[in-house]
Amino acid sequence: MSLFKVFDIAGSAMSAQTTRLNVTASNLANADSTSSSVGATYRAREPVFAAVFNSLRPDDPTARVKVRGIVESQAPLQKRYSPGDPNADKNGYVYLPNVNVVDEMANMISASRSYQNNAQVLNTCKQLLLHTLQMGK
Amino acid sequence: MPLSIDSALGLMPDALRLREQRSELLASNLANADTPNYKARDFDFRAALSSAMTGQGALSTDNPRQLQPADSQGIGTPVQYRIPGQPSLDGNTVDSQLEKAAFSRNAVRYQATLDFLSGRFKGLMTALKGQ
Repeated sequence: MSLFKVFDIAGSAMSAQTTRLNVTASNLANADSTSSSVGATYRAREPVFAAVFNSLRPDDPTARVKVRGIVESQAPLQKRYSPGDPNADKNGYVYLPNVNVVDEMANMISASRSYQNNAQVLNTCKQLLLHTLQMGK
Repeated sequence: MPLSIDSALGLMPDALRLREQRSELLASNLANADTPNYKARDFDFRAALSSAMTGQGALSTDNPRQLQPADSQGIGTPVQYRIPGQPSLDGNTVDSQLEKAAFSRNAVRYQATLDFLSGRFKGLMTALKGQ
């Protein structure tokens, strides 16, 4: 039954979107985490998705999704003069993460919409399968 | 008249199988809506159904007791790439709205095929009971 495979496909997408939401939450939570050196400062993270095809059946056109990895943004960090901050270095500077809050909000909305899409697909297939079980009754 | 369940059901089982395979493909498109370089795919349902009805893609046999290979239940028509309306920078060609509409339409038609098939079974039961 192919419809059972839809559960795998939509499920993998929902799991990937959940990872994306988690990463976004982590970025937003750490948007103001200051630090005293460039190396120790939090950098915005982003998951990279990849399509997974069935390697055992090359003629199978369907693909699941997996999170291939999480990359850190290489955008330059902001430096702020704030001598009263306990994180300040000896010159009185703190480093701020390169999290762009507007980007993160857009990412969050996109991820939640995609999650909803896949949840709907899952639900529709569940209904169809339940109806198929009732066939001929 | 020899009663063959297969011929009584007509093209419904094939249609149902193809609807199922199409919903799997559309679900895969929707699942990969955010995957870079993923290309949306679909197949021509009319072509697939007519090739299933005419038996194209099946091995020719000279005896009805010769079996078809287990994986002959393919789509029967090439799976094609969708032409993107608005190509995106990351190489992804999935249009979520379009895929969602196609998925819903396919689900409703699956339901309709299922109802027709159910009707055929009910008809057969009535004929068998003779009431």
